[in-house]
Parts: sequence; C-alpha cells; structure tokens
Amino acid sequence: MSLKKFKSRTSLLLIAGVMLFILLGAMGWIITSSPWMPDVSWDETEMAMLNSLWIGSLPPLPHDPSNQVADDPRAAALGHKLFFDSRFSRNGQVSCSTCHLAEELFQDGKPLSEGIGRTNRRAMSIIGTAYSPWFFWDGRKDSQWAQALGPLENPVEHGGNRLMYAHLVSSYYKEEYQELFGELPDLSGYPEHAGPVENETARLAWESMTPDQQKVVTGIYANMGKAIAAYERLIMPGPSRFDFYVEALGRKDFRAARQQLTPEEIGGLRLFTGKANCVQCHNGPLFTDNHFHNTGVPAVSELPPDLGRSSGARQVLADEFNCLSPYSDSDPQECSEIMFLIFEGEDLIRQFKPPSLRNVAERAPYMHAGQFDSLERVLEHYNQAPAAPLGHSELKPLELKAEELEQLIAFLHALSGPLDVSQNWLMSPYSTSSQ
Amino acid sequence: MENTTQSGRPLNLKPEKKGSTRRWISAIQLLFVLICTAAASGCMSSRMNSVPDELDTSTSLLSENGLFKVTYSIPDEPIPINTMQSWILHVETPDGLPVENAQINVDGDMPQHGHGLPTRPQVTEYLGNGDYKVEGLKFHMQGWWIVEFDITAQDKSDHVTFNLVLTQ
Repeated sequence: MSLKKFKSRTSLLLIAGVMLFILLGAMGWIITSSPWMPDVSWDETEMAMLNSLWIGSLPPLPHDPSNQVADDPRAAALGHKLFFDSRFSRNGQVSCSTCHLAEELFQDGKPLSEGIGRTNRRAMSIIGTAYSPWFFWDGRKDSQWAQALGPLENPVEHGGNRLMYAHLVSSYYKEEYQELFGELPDLSGYPEHAGPVENETARLAWESMTPDQQKVVTGIYANMGKAIAAYERLIMPGPSRFDFYVEALGRKDFRAARQQLTPEEIGGLRLFTGKANCVQCHNGPLFTDNHFHNTGVPAVSELPPDLGRSSGARQVLADEFNCLSPYSDSDPQECSEIMFLIFEGEDLIRQFKPPSLRNVAERAPYMHAGQFDSLERVLEHYNQAPAAPLGHSELKPLELKAEELEQLIAFLHALSGPLDVSQNWLMSPYSTSSQ
Repeated sequence: MENTTQSGRPLNLKPEKKGSTRRWISAIQLLFVLICTAAASGCMSSRMNSVPDELDTSTSLLSENGLFKVTYSIPDEPIPINTMQSWILHVETPDGLPVENAQINVDGDMPQHGHGLPTRPQVTEYLGNGDYKVEGLKFHMQGWWIVEFDITAQDKSDHVTFNLVLTQ
C-alpha cells in the first residue's frame, strides 16, 4: 500500500470514528440526560426516598384504640348517614358534606369555609386522615371522632348543640345506634336544646342539668363522632401517575416507568426530593409528616390573629374528648401522642399542619385560610421565603429558576389520582332532601 | 484486548493496519468513558440534603466528661420516621458497673434545620441493671438528628449526644 493511500484510508477511518463518536455520544446524552427522554436513573438512596413516598408503602390502617367501633361496618354505615344528614344543624341546611364534598375530594374549594356563617379557616380534606395523630390545621383534636364533633357545636358551622343532636339520633337512628352502643338513654325529661355552646339558651339549659345528665348526653354525642369517624376512616387516596412510575421502577420496567411521567415532571420530582426541600415536611406516602410548621404564610388582615399550633396544642390538652378523656376507649398508655405533646414554646407560634399533597393540584386555594389561589403562588412563596407575620418561619429562600418552578408544578399535578374507596361511600345515602 | 485482536488476525498483519484498529479501540474506549460520565452526571443531578461527612453515629458513647458509658437500643432498624417509639437506654460506669436510679433528661433537634423534636420524650421507667425506658421519641423528617441525654447519678452529672441519620 502506498503512503498516500494509507494516509487517505486512515483519515477516512478517523472521520468515521469521529462521526460514530458524536452519534454514540448524542445517544448517550439522550438516554441519560436529555430533556426529551424521561429519566429513570435513580441511585439506591434516591430509590429508597421514592419508595418512602410511594402509595404502596402506606402501612395498613392503624388501629384507633380511642374508638371501639372504628372498624365496625355498621358504625361506618351509620357514620355515612350522619355525615350527609343536614338535619344535624341549627338551620337544617348544614351537614359535614357541606364543607367536605365527596365529589370535591372532601373539601369545598373555598378560602374560608361557610356553614351557618363563615369560618376563619379553610376546610381540610378528610382523605387519608385516619393516619394522622392530629386534626385541624392547629391539631386541636387528637382523633377523627373528636374532630367530627368540633364543627357540630361551632356557632358558624353546624351551629347546634349536643342535646339537640342526641334527640335527633333518638328520633332517626335509634336502632342503628343501639346495635352499636347499647340502649339509648331515655331523653324524654330533657330539654330540647342544651350544650356548652355560645347560644345562651342552650348554654343555660346545659348549666341547669346535673353532671350525670350531662354525661349521658355527652356520651351519645361522643358516640355520634365515633360512627362518623368509622365512615371517614374508609376515605383513602388511590395511586397517582407518580405511584405507577415508582412501582414500574421497582420492577425495573423502565419502559413502563417512562410512560408514566414526563421529563419535566421527573425534573420536578428531583427538585421536590432535593434542592426545593419539599420532602422535609411533605414526606411519607401521604406527603405529610402530620406535624406542624411555621412557613411564614401571610396573615389575612380581616381575620383575627391566628396562633396555629400554639393555641391548638393547649386546646387538645384541655379537650373534653381527647385520648385521655372518659369518652375515649383508650387505655392511658395508648395515648402516647398527647402524653408526650409539646404544648408550649415559641416554636409553636403560627405553626400549621402540612396537608397531604395527594391530589393537591385539584384543590386550590391553598394554606390555612386559602391565602394562595394557585400552586404558582404557593411556590413563589416557598421560593422567596418571606418572614413570618408571627413567630419564626422555617423556610429559607430556594433560589429556584422559573423553569424549575414549572417542573415542580408539573410534578405536583402527577400526584393526582382517584380515591381508593367504593363508590357508594361517595354518594349521599339521602336524596336531595338532606343536601 | 490487544492480544485477542492480534490472535484473531493473520500473523503477517501490517503495522499500519494494527495502528488503525488501535485508534478505533481508543475512540470506542473514550466514547464509553464519555457516555458513562454523562450517565453518572445524570444520576447525580439531584441533591439530597447533605449530612456532614464522618458523623459519629455510634449507639454507644462515653459521656462528655467520661463519667458514664451510655448505650441506646431501638426496636426498629432503620429508625422509621413519623412513628412514636421507645428506646432502652443503658447507663454504666466506664468500668462497666450499671448506674442505678439516675435522673435523665431527654432532648434533641435537627442541627441543620434549627428545630427540635416534635415531641417531649421522657424516661418513664427504670428497668433495673442500668436500663431506662425512654418513651415518646419521634422523628418527623429524614436527615441528621441529635438526641441528647443529661444524666445525673449520685450528685454527678454528665451529658451525652447521639447522632442519628434517618434515611426513610
């Protein structure tokens, strides 16, 4: 072979080599990090994090020792009826489902909920709350059944009183009640309305009753809450595209995984678990730590100052229906949450409970008084981390770029999924009359 | 790889031919390196909250002034988040004698987050043989936590701090 021929052949090979190099390099880039190809490369630590958020990691429904009928289907059936029954209100028009609409993910989409009057807070969804040790934004209740009783006697929610409700149980649900809780006490000698409520007539009637009579009525009232809780326990979230993605990764079926999330959503997931620190509070398969945090959410000027957990912790300690109360079915040693509760300290000021982020994109507005009307505004808040109106915000500015914020929002949309509950529980057991 | 190539070729293989094969091999090797680098950088693009390197996460430590040897044992490994748990704390002298009826205070926090424990854990029972039951411990976030014990026995006090790294 002549030297010239050799040189031209070598050059040809080199050019071909370079071209192949570029081609394979581009393929490698497309597979691993291009913006058009969904990313499925997670290391062991990251996979552990993803699995911790996966709905498949949700443990079986925890036992509620404070409610002996929590898992009784008859209690759930009674609770279902009570939940939708608007006779259980001062004006006959408010039921639990007024603010917790089954077709709206058990919330009402309003910044401040409206029953008899307007409340000072946004209605929280009840989906998956059976896993939470604390209820309401400030955790002022420590069981689902104790929570259910709060709005019933609140003057701006159902606006009624416990004796009125006991009479209603006696009139409409006596048989079902007695099957669960034994004989319903005879209320014939009792007044029509009485309870430790704001309404003066009902309060004075309550104060004129003997402690034993009060215990009888309060016992019926507590049992109503336990039946409602037995129903609410069944309202569980179902899998979202995020869950199908993690599940496919677990099977190493990367093709299936890529069909679930877009590169933008996966970018958002990486930010969620990394730089954006969302997972610090929105952790576990329900995307909430069920604890309390001050994130500097702005105050609403026309509302009274809201101290959040600072007042909620004291209220739950003094609550007549808490885990340690005579109306709870728990042994005191089963009440570890309240036994080891932090109830004082500056840290508690304006702390609120992080709600589950499952289906978050479907239920604006956001925060405890609906301060933000879109996820964009929520993320803007977290990105800027303004000082808290009271107490100290835990946030630090994230310095996320516009593109990153969009990725996070895209990811939050991938957390939507249908509820995991049979259809009949989502329908009112009544026709239009009780809605 | 070179041996294989040579063995697969006729012995009269011309040097220039061998050279071009080498170039091919080098180019492919380089390519693989680049692809692997790209893949690795893709994997590492997310940033987990960093925990200090070489953090001592021993479950058995000598207290700060050397008065007590303190060991904790936990029911679940790894420590789960958001779950109320109780630990057994064993306190003994440096030469191995159990420390009886000590007064023990429990505290803790997340050094990188500036907040404390979500609960108020307490020593609820002395179990004998230098063992104490600690109840009400809960950790609500992944990451680096410290749990501290102030121990007083026979008018002598000392302090011990355990590091925990919760991953899930």
